[in-house]
Amino acid sequence: MPPTLEAATTLATKNTLLRLATAGSVDDGKSTLVGRLLHDTKSVLSDQLAAVEKVSRDRGLTTADLALLTDGLRAEREQGITIDVAYRYFATANRSFILADCPGHVQYTRNTVTGSSTADVVVLLVDARHGVLEQTRRHLAVVALLRVPHVIVAVNKIDLVDYSAEVYSQVDSDVQKVARELGIPDAVTIPVSALEGDNIVERSERTPWYDGPALLQLLEELPGADDPSDEDFRMPVQYVLRPQSAAPTSELVDYRGYAGQVNAGVVTVGDEVVILPSGKRTHVEAIHIGEDDVVQAYAPQSVAVRLADDLDVSRGDVIAAVGNAPEPVKDFSALVAWLHEKPLRPGAKVFVKHGARTVKAIVDKVHRRLDLENLNLVDADQLELNDIGRVTLRVASPLPVEPYVTSRRSGSFLVIDPPSGSTLAAGMVGVSTTWADLGTDEDVDSESDAWVI
Amino acid sequence: MSIAEGSRQARPADGARPADGARPADVARPAEVSGPTFALSQLDTLEAEGILIIREIAAELERPVLLFSGGKDSVVMLHLARKAFWPAPIPFPVMHVDTGHNFPEVLEFRDETVRRLGLRLVVASVQDYIDDGRLQERADGTRNPLQTQPLLDAISDHQFDGVFGGGRRDEEKARAKERVVSLRDEFGQWDPKNQRPELWSLFNPRHRPGEHVRAFPLSNWTELDVWQYIEREQIELPPLYYAHERDVFSRNGMWLAVGPWSQPKDDEQVEQRLVRYRTVGDMSCTGAVDSPARSVHDVVVEVAASTLTERGATRADDRISEAAMEDRKKEGYF
Repeated sequence: MPPTLEAATTLATKNTLLRLATAGSVDDGKSTLVGRLLHDTKSVLSDQLAAVEKVSRDRGLTTADLALLTDGLRAEREQGITIDVAYRYFATANRSFILADCPGHVQYTRNTVTGSSTADVVVLLVDARHGVLEQTRRHLAVVALLRVPHVIVAVNKIDLVDYSAEVYSQVDSDVQKVARELGIPDAVTIPVSALEGDNIVERSERTPWYDGPALLQLLEELPGADDPSDEDFRMPVQYVLRPQSAAPTSELVDYRGYAGQVNAGVVTVGDEVVILPSGKRTHVEAIHIGEDDVVQAYAPQSVAVRLADDLDVSRGDVIAAVGNAPEPVKDFSALVAWLHEKPLRPGAKVFVKHGARTVKAIVDKVHRRLDLENLNLVDADQLELNDIGRVTLRVASPLPVEPYVTSRRSGSFLVIDPPSGSTLAAGMVGVSTTWADLGTDEDVDSESDAWVI
Repeated sequence: MSIAEGSRQARPADGARPADGARPADVARPAEVSGPTFALSQLDTLEAEGILIIREIAAELERPVLLFSGGKDSVVMLHLARKAFWPAPIPFPVMHVDTGHNFPEVLEFRDETVRRLGLRLVVASVQDYIDDGRLQERADGTRNPLQTQPLLDAISDHQFDGVFGGGRRDEEKARAKERVVSLRDEFGQWDPKNQRPELWSLFNPRHRPGEHVRAFPLSNWTELDVWQYIEREQIELPPLYYAHERDVFSRNGMWLAVGPWSQPKDDEQVEQRLVRYRTVGDMSCTGAVDSPARSVHDVVVEVAASTLTERGATRADDRISEAAMEDRKKEGYF
C-alpha cells in the first residue's frame, strides 16, 4: 500500500529504513520487478513515467519499459543492459526503503558484493521456467558470505508456468536445499509475476495455493538490522575535536572530543571503555550528537565522546567496551572478494582500511579459491577479478579486527592499491563456514589461529 | 533562526530516540523491547550517515571544500557539518559557483550564513568568464552548463582535493548511479562505467595527485527527507522556498520569474501568481511552482503529495536531452 499523505509526512521521523539489494541473472526480470515495486508503491512520479513512456514509444515498444527507470546511464539505455548499481527510494505506510538495483550479468560478483555489503535483505530472482541455476547458487553463495541478514527468492514469471503450484514447490525445495548447504538460515521464496504484478504488492488470487505474504508485505515486516544491544560497543575514532586551537581563549580550552560512528553496541555515560590498540582504560564522561548532550548512544549513530582521562587517542584508534575487547593483531586471515582487474599475488604490498585506520599490509599467502562455477574449493596461488578466496595478511601496525561473523562493521575491511588508490577487494576477517572453509587451519600461522573461528 | 541556533531548539517528541537524553542513564535494556528501543528513525539514520561521510572526507583529505549555494540541500549539508565537528568550527571553506543570474535573496542568505558561521567563502564566477571571453553565453540563455569550467578551475587553483556536493540520488537518474564518494580524474571527469566499488560504510577517497573526489553526504536522502529534516531541525532557508506573490510567465510548462535575466517574449504573458521554488538555481532556467505553502510543514505536506519530481518540475537545463545531467557530470559538473 502506498502511504497516505498524513502517514508520509510523519514517516521519516518515526519509521525505520530498510536497505534492500536485488540480484538475479540477465533475463530473470529484475528490472521489471524493481519497476513494478516502484510503480505500485507510487514511487514513480508522473514526469519520470512520461519520460520512460516517451523513450519506449520512440523505440517502437507498445508498453513502457520499466527497466528504463533504473537504467540511468546513456550506455545502459543504448545497450539495454544495466552496467552499474542504481539506487532508488520508495516508501510504504510502515517503512522506507533504499533499493540498490544491482546488475545481474557483468562482473556479477563485484556488483553483488557491492550491493550486498550494506543490505539488510537481498531479493534474488529466479525464473520459474528454469528453476535454480548455477548462477542462482553463485549469487546465494556471495549473499551467504556477506552475511546479509535476510534472503528472499522471488520465483518470477510464475504466469509463464500457468501459476503452477508444482513448479513453485520444486523451486522452493531446491532453494531450501542450497540455502541449507550455504548456511543461510531463513531463505523465503515467493511466487511472483513482476510483469503481471502477482504477489508483488498484494497477494494474487491466481496463486491460491500460496499462503505466504506478498513481497512488499514481507519487506515491511522483516526485522531491520541487528539489534545493537546484542553486540559489544565499538567506535573507531574518525576525527579528534579540539576547538581550542581555533579559539584559544574560549571556555573550550580543555575540550577534547572523539568523533565517530558507533560501529556496534551501545554506550552509556559512565561506562568503562578501553582504547585500542593502546589498551588504556578510562570512562565515558559525555556523549554528544551535534550540540545535544545524550546519555546513551548506539550503532549506527554518529557521535562525539569525551573521556574522563586525558589519554593519547587519535584517528584510527577504537574505543571499545572493556569486556571482550579484541586483541589487536598483526597477522590475520580473511576471505577477500577480489574486485579489480589487477590480480592478487602473494607478496603484494597493499593498504588495508579497517574502521578509520589505514595501514600498510603484505599479502602473506593465498590459500584457496572458491570456484563459483561449482562452489568447490580449489588450491590457488593468486586471485583474479571476481574471485573469492582465503588469504593471510600481515599489517604494519596491529589492528583490532574481529570476526566478520560477529560484526559486519568490525570485521570488514578494504584492500587498497597504494599507487592508484583503487579499491581492490572487500575483506571479511576470519570468515569460515562449513561450506566455505577456504583453507584449513594448518595453512594459518599458529598465532593467528587462536581467534580464527 | 540561524543554523546554529536551530539545533539548540527542542526537537519534536520522537519515541524512537532514546539518545535524546530523555531517558535516565541507568535505563534498562530488557530484551523484549531492545529492538524498538535501539532502532534509529529514518531521519536519524540519514543524519548519522551524512555526518560519517563528512568527517571521513575531512579527515582523509588535505583540502576539502563544500559547495554552498544557499539552496536547501547545501544548507542541510552545512547543518550536518556543524553537528559533525561541534563544538569545533567547520574545518573547511565553502564555495559558490555563481552563475551571475542568482536570486538576490539567495545571495543575501548565502553571505549572511557564511558570516554567522565564520566560514571562508570562495566564489567562482561564471560572469567573470563571460566578461573576459573564456566562456560564451548560450543561445538559450541558461548558464547552468557554464558552471563546470569555473568550478574545475577553482578546484585546481585552490588545490581542493575533496568537494562536497548536495546531490541526491533521487533527483535524477544519472545521480542515482553515482557513488557517495566519487573519483574525478585530472580533468574533473566522472567515468560512470568504471566506478570504485563502495563497500559497507568504508569510504575510500584516495586519489592520485591532480585527481579529486566528490562526496555526496545526502546521496540517500529524498526531497521529502530533506524537508522533514529541515522541519525537525528548524533550519532557516531563503524565503523563496515558501509561497510568495511573484511576477512570472509560462515557458515550457514552467513559471519563470520576470527579472533582469529572464524576460518574457512577445507571446508570453506576465502574471502575478502565488508561487514557491523547489530548487534555487540559476534564475534563467529554474522554474517556480504554484503553491500556497507558506510554512515548512505546508511544504512537507506538498512535497509528499507531489506527482512531479523536483527537477522535472523546475529545471529547464535537464530537459535539454535524455542524458543531459550525465553528460554534464562526465565533464565535471556536480
